Amino acid sequence: MDTNNHYDAIVIGAGPAGLTAGIYLSRAKIKTLILNEGTVGGQMVLTHEIANYPGVESISGYQLANIMKKQAKTFGCDIKSNVVISHLSLEGEIKSITLEDGKIFTSHSVILTPGGRSRTLGVPGESELKGKGISYCATCDGDFFTDKEIMVVGGGNSALEEAVSLTKYASKVTIVHQFDHFQAFEHAIEEAKSHPKINFMMESVITSFNGNDNLEGVEVKNLKSGEINHFKTDGVFVFIGYIPNTEFLKGKIELNKWGEIIVKPDMTTSIEGVYAAGDSIAKQFRQVTTAVGEGTIAALAASNFIDKLKSKHKLIPV
Amino acid sequence: MLYTNLKHIESAAEHAKILNENENVMVICGRMGPMCIPVYGIAEDLEDEYKHVKFCDMEFDNPESHVIRNLPEVRGFMGIPFTIYYKNGKVVKATSSIQNRQQVTSILDQYFAATVKA
Repeated sequence: MDTNNHYDAIVIGAGPAGLTAGIYLSRAKIKTLILNEGTVGGQMVLTHEIANYPGVESISGYQLANIMKKQAKTFGCDIKSNVVISHLSLEGEIKSITLEDGKIFTSHSVILTPGGRSRTLGVPGESELKGKGISYCATCDGDFFTDKEIMVVGGGNSALEEAVSLTKYASKVTIVHQFDHFQAFEHAIEEAKSHPKINFMMESVITSFNGNDNLEGVEVKNLKSGEINHFKTDGVFVFIGYIPNTEFLKGKIELNKWGEIIVKPDMTTSIEGVYAAGDSIAKQFRQVTTAVGEGTIAALAASNFIDKLKSKHKLIPV
Repeated sequence: MLYTNLKHIESAAEHAKILNENENVMVICGRMGPMCIPVYGIAEDLEDEYKHVKFCDMEFDNPESHVIRNLPEVRGFMGIPFTIYYKNGKVVKATSSIQNRQQVTSILDQYFAATVKA
């Protein structure tokens, strides 16, 4: 065991839950490392304005994330972002995490806060034509599609609300949805259905994107009839929900059928010494405030666990 | 306003000055949105590692960003950020929309490889 790379606690993920855990643990003089695969701040940094975080009247998610990061670092927390985890071993008293570059980090305790991400369709042409006709953000890219005919994929609140907002730019918006009904709130459905620029293609899925330098068209399969048709389109916006970033935990920890981590109220998981918090756990509400609360609980529980473990092994000099 | 820790380019004149004074420049032209922020974050992370590269951002909605938006290399781009890589003032690569760390570093390594003295 390389003592330089050994920590009391390793937090995986640097969204609000992970950063809060890092703040609490480091402030309690617990040697802590945060490993993060993406940008520090997680989904929080994508929020333009946070106006309901108690004690702060209005702040951008990016700024709040940077303050949390600074707090954690001030208390001595190490943060390594944009890393790729290639292997992790959570069983036993020494947990180990291996990065793609071969570095190995060990710890007594692990707090899992990997968060979630936007779901993609995963069909041919999607990655090649991203940014060249395929988008996942109406606010970002809507104005590139002024007076153009576009499609919106999805049937939830985001899809229908963004379809309506895209009518400010596009001449025609076709919503493609796999079911015969929408999952969105009734008011969102009504607004979309009554909009003169919006059309619907129900029980249908896009099976490929076509184009060379730019998106030129899509292949659509009707799930009811099995019929396949090709449509010309200038753009496609995809809003098909979020998925937890827990693929790397499959078979290592108890997940539910949606891939969310199952936790008890004290944020313990199915493995001793392993805790979880934030958007990747099974829960009803996903807010910065709930993530911060769960991160706190996970850190305090992990702190107790580490103290007991150290006492057991008399690792603390008396 | 871009709330990043990168060097902000505010005008076409400043853009020209930075290209003139730096051999390797990466400019991320975007907004504070979900496709752009991860790219700013990656650039911030890489600043220490790639000291021979000048990392900058520019607001997409700043009229002065015409120096990016009108480049022939971004014709057909329909997703922000527009990320431009300059070598000695010339565009060597341009990407559209979100990129991950591996995509960014492979471009940096390909076009801005640090000089290794024997």
